[in-house]
Amino acid sequence: MSDVKLKLKLKIWRQPGSDAVGKLVDYDVEVSPDDSFLEMLDQINESLEKNNQEPIVFESDCREGICGACGLVINGQPHGPVPRITTCQLHMRHFKNGDTIYVEPFRAKAFPVLKDLLVDRTPLDKILQVGGFVSINTGGVPDANEIPIAKDVAAQSFDAAACIGCGACVASCKNASAMLFVSAKVSQYALLPQGQPERQRRVEAMVKAMDEQGFGSCTNTYACEAECPKGISISNIARLNRDFFSAKLKSKNVS
Amino acid sequence: MAKLDSKVPAGNVQDKWTDHKFNMKLVNPANKRKYDVIVIGAGLAGASAAATMGELGYNVKLFTYHDSGRRAHSIAAQGGINAAKNYQNDGDSVYRLFYDTVKGGDFRAREANVHRLAEVSNSIIDQCVAQGVPFARDYGGLLDNRSFGGAQVSRTFYARGQTGQQLLLGAISALNRQIGLGNVKEYTRREMLEVVVVDDHARGVIVRNLVTGEVERHSAHAVVLATGGYSNVFFLSTNAMNCNGTAAWRSHKQGAYMANPCFTQIHPTCLPVHGEGQSKLALMSESLRNDGRIWVSKKKDDKRHANDIPEDERDYYLERKYPSFGNLTPRDIASRSAKEACDSGRGVNGGEAVNLDFKHAIERLGKNVIEERYGNLFEMYETITGKNPYKEPMNIYPAPHYTMGGLWVDYNLMSTIPGLFVLGEANFSDHGANRLGASALMQGLADGYFVIPYTIGNYLADNKDPLMSTDKEEFVQAEKRVTDHVEKLLAIKGTRTVDDFHKKLGRIMWNKVGMARNEKGLKEAISEISQLREEFWKDVNVIGSAGTLNQCLERAGRVADYLELGELMAKDALDRKESCGGHFRTEYQTEDGEAKRNDEEYAYVAAWEFKDTGNWELHKEDLEFENVKLSQRSYK
Ligand SMILES: Cc1cc2nc3c(=O)[nH]c(=O)nc-3n(C[C@H](O)[C@H](O)[C@H](O)COP(=O)(O)OP(=O)(O)OC[C@H]3O[C@@H](n4cnc5c(N)ncnc54)[C@H](O)[C@@H]3O)c2cc1C
Ligand code: SF4
Ligand code: FES
Repeated sequence: MSDVKLKLKLKIWRQPGSDAVGKLVDYDVEVSPDDSFLEMLDQINESLEKNNQEPIVFESDCREGICGACGLVINGQPHGPVPRITTCQLHMRHFKNGDTIYVEPFRAKAFPVLKDLLVDRTPLDKILQVGGFVSINTGGVPDANEIPIAKDVAAQSFDAAACIGCGACVASCKNASAMLFVSAKVSQYALLPQGQPERQRRVEAMVKAMDEQGFGSCTNTYACEAECPKGISISNIARLNRDFFSAKLKSKNVS
Repeated sequence: MAKLDSKVPAGNVQDKWTDHKFNMKLVNPANKRKYDVIVIGAGLAGASAAATMGELGYNVKLFTYHDSGRRAHSIAAQGGINAAKNYQNDGDSVYRLFYDTVKGGDFRAREANVHRLAEVSNSIIDQCVAQGVPFARDYGGLLDNRSFGGAQVSRTFYARGQTGQQLLLGAISALNRQIGLGNVKEYTRREMLEVVVVDDHARGVIVRNLVTGEVERHSAHAVVLATGGYSNVFFLSTNAMNCNGTAAWRSHKQGAYMANPCFTQIHPTCLPVHGEGQSKLALMSESLRNDGRIWVSKKKDDKRHANDIPEDERDYYLERKYPSFGNLTPRDIASRSAKEACDSGRGVNGGEAVNLDFKHAIERLGKNVIEERYGNLFEMYETITGKNPYKEPMNIYPAPHYTMGGLWVDYNLMSTIPGLFVLGEANFSDHGANRLGASALMQGLADGYFVIPYTIGNYLADNKDPLMSTDKEEFVQAEKRVTDHVEKLLAIKGTRTVDDFHKKLGRIMWNKVGMARNEKGLKEAISEISQLREEFWKDVNVIGSAGTLNQCLERAGRVADYLELGELMAKDALDRKESCGGHFRTEYQTEDGEAKRNDEEYAYVAAWEFKDTGNWELHKEDLEFENVKLSQRSYK
């Protein structure tokens, strides 16, 4: 435990509602380097409430980097300056006494701000609802060991499945594309035998939904991979593209 | 009021579920469309239930306070899920899983429920694999297993350290498919605040839209709660920030009995509190105890750095006290021993932490092996604490983790309000006084995929009334309870914050209703909590208004409920004059300090009926052990 506190200046985005205009508001804080970034916001909120002021709205739940609920743009970077972690895993020891820190919501056309730092990311779920599954019902499935799957193939599928749906890839992309997110789900299934029967239909449906939900197109800038807290690889995007074009060639839904 | 009838079917424990499935009434496929079912919660239990009932053809409405089902707390489970597959050929069986779970629960669970859980465990694994859940595999391409505390076989299936995530995403994928097909309608960012009871039956819910603040009425033929546990009554726990007991508690106040509320699990390997600003406690997987050695200094108030304390001045207390299980004693015992060591002033720096040391393991096996086994956990530790566990021992301390207690349900998972079903961690049913590792995920999915889809049909077949209008008086009254409660909170405009009250409550719970309890402390807790509750309703400051996104108001409502639930937990603990599993009464221990059960007088489920605030009536469901012989647990 460290007794030396950091004195920081924060510039935090405040916006009363989705249609309201927002602005950056200054807050001075003193925090322990052992505190997490979100614990610092908790402390600001505690003192705002003591002074009868509305606390800053932001989202978080697990605070362990797995639920994907948290997500702030810190000094211009989704999830802040430390690579491969979520906002809730960022600790204040990565900042210096006297620093000024900008805190803003994830921004994208498909993610409207609901209040302050909290945005609506449900368009990501809408994409999954048209194809992010294997079409089987509960019961009547084969024994779990009936189809062996090579260890490294299962591991690759897991790597893609590790996406937490936080949307940092969208927030970091100048086109606000959801390609990394979609390709992770497509790849998880494309790599497994269970995903084969619907492979073609899935990729077509999900790419179409991504466009309809207002996400931009991918121009291969790789910003998403750099900001993704789970290290989802852009090789998934290449796999999606291959599957998509081969699906298009065979597809009856030529557009 | 409802009678406490567990509805356990007659017959051999092995045949009960099969016979019951055959005897239950069915709803004809064409008629299922005519039934509306409300599911609250999209964790493992809620998502699997909603998806399966959607597949069967019911009209399902799913509610969650999250923006997406995938955020549910189940996502955070690390270790794994049990099943009696016996793929390792090491002597596992349905009966052994059943036996281990009843014994691990210190003989306070219902045998018939536990046996059913073990029976369906294998189907869960089949289902998840078919969904595309990427479980860990061995070189032959078959599923890999690991072992967990309280079992002598290897039956735990896992997906790296993210099993809960992968199982939940599997269940959510099934749910998403049903949403896409229009069989399930989802209502996100809605918090259920009341159950609507008409003629003694659950017929709907009142929810608050967390974005707009609007209060909505929803009607259905049955209501299913899958709303998780209440460990956050302690303020600091391993649970996610938003986990709460409100749905269960508001239902309790409408007539659902609360069972064994004092049975809480304190997990031994969590990160210690770092300071006042701490918001939650991170869990470090129990698997670390396979190679890590736990110790404290032999001296009191020893301020030396762990690496400067020589070998002969260290006390490896678990190895000393439990030579045959050593560092792998069950959770309740490991937690209590850490507390004892720290209470005697021998914790790290004289404070509340003990060492979990990998030095010997690294010397014995090499750093590479340790890295391969625990690399991600070591990284996580370093991210949070800034310290390198390859070079110095980890500091750990026990933390509230899981609640075995919950709403009372019968064998069909129905509460004492007919038509109100309760699944997953929110019910009390399968874990007795102590849950074994990797069994909560199993229970959530068993309830959702394989139990409720049958038992709800049996209920609906007898309750065919048409869907009720939400203009009915009972809906109006329930909505009024919600708006009155919200207005009352906002009108107080006192001087203290919601978190201030929550932290104070947490401290009372931790000190007096935590790992070790006694009559004096519990009585004090009861009066302190009721006093704190009075202060809350006079002096809390809830900022903002009702008609908007207001997180302060959300928290206030939950803390108001904890201030009642906390009291019942203390009351239940006071009433149970024995020690069992996670419930340790210092007055009831053996000569060498182990939990001492009293089967003569306390082999029952304590089910509490709400009368009014601070006032309950106790009902008992006697537990019969026809298969597993009652015996003292020993891990010496
Ligand atoms: C850190 C950690 C690690 C764990 N590891 C393991 C493990 O390895 N193996 C194991 O078996 N178990 C483990 N557990 C326990 C296990 O994860 C949980 O018991 C289990 O996931 C609970 O599932 P559930 O579906 O009952 O509830 P939850 O997953 O908690 O879901 C509750 C749902 O209800 C909703 N909800 C709640 N209240 C309301 C309301 N009023 N209105 C609307 N919606 C509401 C929430 O939004 C959420 O969707 C772990 C627990 C923790 C804390
Ligand atoms: S791909 Fe990465 S950044 Fe995008 S949603 Fe998934 S975890 Fe977040
Ligand atoms: S709060 Fe769950 S990932 Fe950050």
